[in-house]
Amino acid sequence: MAATRIDCDIHPAVGGTRTTLLPYLDDHWKEQVVSRAIDGLDLTSYPPNMPLSGRADWRPTNGKPGSDLAMVQRGAFDQLGASHAICNVLYGAQAVYDPYMAAAFCKAINDWIASEWLARDSRLRASIAIPLQAPDLAIEEIERRASDNRFVSVLVLAQGESLLGRRHYWPVWQAAQKHQLPIAIHAGSQYRQAPSSIGWPSYRYEYYLAEAQAFQAQILSLIYEGVFVKFPGLKVVLMESGVSWLPAFMWRANKTWRGVRVEVPWIDREPAAIMRDHIRLTTQPFDSPPDAKGVADIIDMIGSDKMFLFASDYPHWQFDGDDAIPPHLPANIVSRMCADNPLETFPRLSLAA
Amino acid sequence: MSDVIDRPVLEQEASATTRLRIIDCDIHPSLHARSDLNPFLSRRWKEHLKTYGDHLRTPYIGTTPYPRSSPLIARRDAWPPTGGPPGSDLDFMRKQHLDPLDVEFGMLQVLDMFIFSQQNLEFGAAIQRAVNEWQLAHWTSREPRLKAAILVGQDDTQAAVAEIERCAKLGQYVQINVSPRANEPLGRRRYWPIYALAEELDLPLGIHVGGYGGHAPAGGGWPSYYAEEHQSNAHTMAATLTSLVIEGVPARFPRLKIVFIEGGFGWISSAMWRMDQHFERFRAEVPYLKRRPSEYVRQNFWFTTQPIDEPDEAKHLRSLIEWVGIDRLLFSSDYPHWDFDDPRFAVRTPLTDVERQKIFNGNARALYKL
Repeated sequence: MAATRIDCDIHPAVGGTRTTLLPYLDDHWKEQVVSRAIDGLDLTSYPPNMPLSGRADWRPTNGKPGSDLAMVQRGAFDQLGASHAICNVLYGAQAVYDPYMAAAFCKAINDWIASEWLARDSRLRASIAIPLQAPDLAIEEIERRASDNRFVSVLVLAQGESLLGRRHYWPVWQAAQKHQLPIAIHAGSQYRQAPSSIGWPSYRYEYYLAEAQAFQAQILSLIYEGVFVKFPGLKVVLMESGVSWLPAFMWRANKTWRGVRVEVPWIDREPAAIMRDHIRLTTQPFDSPPDAKGVADIIDMIGSDKMFLFASDYPHWQFDGDDAIPPHLPANIVSRMCADNPLETFPRLSLAA
Repeated sequence: MSDVIDRPVLEQEASATTRLRIIDCDIHPSLHARSDLNPFLSRRWKEHLKTYGDHLRTPYIGTTPYPRSSPLIARRDAWPPTGGPPGSDLDFMRKQHLDPLDVEFGMLQVLDMFIFSQQNLEFGAAIQRAVNEWQLAHWTSREPRLKAAILVGQDDTQAAVAEIERCAKLGQYVQINVSPRANEPLGRRRYWPIYALAEELDLPLGIHVGGYGGHAPAGGGWPSYYAEEHQSNAHTMAATLTSLVIEGVPARFPRLKIVFIEGGFGWISSAMWRMDQHFERFRAEVPYLKRRPSEYVRQNFWFTTQPIDEPDEAKHLRSLIEWVGIDRLLFSSDYPHWDFDDPRFAVRTPLTDVERQKIFNGNARALYKL
């Protein structure tokens, strides 16, 4: 089937560690999760009952939004019109402190998504959940999946233990580049530190808004640490980051770099140019200006038609109705973001599954 | 690159600005030495300052954790010929900045002594009082163009309230300053007594970037480079705007005026769209918000312009200004720091005379009742 519209961000839900994942754990971890009752690892970032976590018409009668394959197929494919979709599983493995437990749970998530989702619908692809808590174990997990072309990217959270450009992560990015896997940074937090420099907020609403700044800090880290100098083939996809902050962020980065570039001599061109080459963004949410001219201005300011990737964020409630494309986007952007850009960004989409 | 801007635009700006006296909402005066504060400190706190000094959530006692690109973060031409650090010599400040740029009023923003971030709250209270007295004795009483702020560390809310009440009686201060980076986000309930008092006194609340709150610049951790930390000022301000609006500060204190200083303004429109975009999804969590978040921003907040964004095309800066609103912008230079914006050249897009008058003078005049 032709890839005409690739939804780059949908969220199948893990029911629980002692239920959904149990068959995919080895004997040691089976015994551990049962005898210690290790369960309930839904991320604090996305409580299942919160309106954002599941649009009303995408909530199953029983279970979490995104937990029912048939319902996801009806929503993401029949209703929203995708030809293919990339599954990004947001379940607590990425936030576990014990690195061995994190690795075991990531492996179980990946085995589960492969056998219960990818094997049942050839339109589905997935990101590899990795235990970034232990970079060596993260690399092991990437290598384990590398021969399965249905895994098309590597999934990490926007707010982790340290910024993603830091040198201790470079071996992980090297493995990703080797296997043509872009790094998908998804909204969400390990809750290791406050979501912004001002401290811990009272409300989830504030917390969610602060994700945008967390993504921006990750871009600066990846650029200034020299990740794209070291790994020129690497692409980074921001998932559920919002989009409309990008122009002013690019300008501030260029201005700052002009002023202090003596500190990072390995960066020899404007940060915005590096962003246009290496950073991609999914289009839900867009956080649009209210009018068509405003949206056209934002697109014009960003200065690239290659950076946008179609995504619904299913089953998260980002929009109503059947059209996941944000309002007022110019036709030239829409025509590229549905298939051309995803196929360029995720090279493994073009490989035989 | 920004130098694609047409030359005639710049010339037109320069000539227009020479006819307009400006109000500069961000000027940094500096102590010659910390001992300048001795006349305003009790013996105990003089001894404490000498013996223990600052206790801040940062690794070094003598410098910032991210070395700046120039000594003391300053313009290299701003060191006074009489000695002392940039911003410490009033005569030189007049000669280099106030007179040639025709500054009608300048808002003092004292960053020395990190009063907002002192872990020892009693010491913080002592030096905040000293700095507030020093501003009058060394600056505003000698130069009527300069205007002082009541600096308070909000983490000792009681001491902050007492200091605001003491200073307000003197009638010499034009705003109350708190820090965006402290123990908790500024929207949190523990800080509301300060806002109630600011509203009652009708003094704007000034929030200048900086502080050592102990939290990493963003949720993903500590950056390695000044290039990252410097840009994170915008992230701090976006989070602060979110906190104040979403935790309901303008909803509860509708006449409170809040000024964001040295955050720039490029990030504001997107922050408003993002708050509005997700309002319906989250409003059950914040039922006290009766209006869309952007409406509070447009009613209660003002923003200083520096560091002004420099898009490649002049029309893009124009869009940015219109999105934020001409009425919400206050010109600021950040003198004498390295990323100073020169009022003659900083706004690289055409403005009408009315718009120019508002941004460079009228908005601040009305806000601060000058």
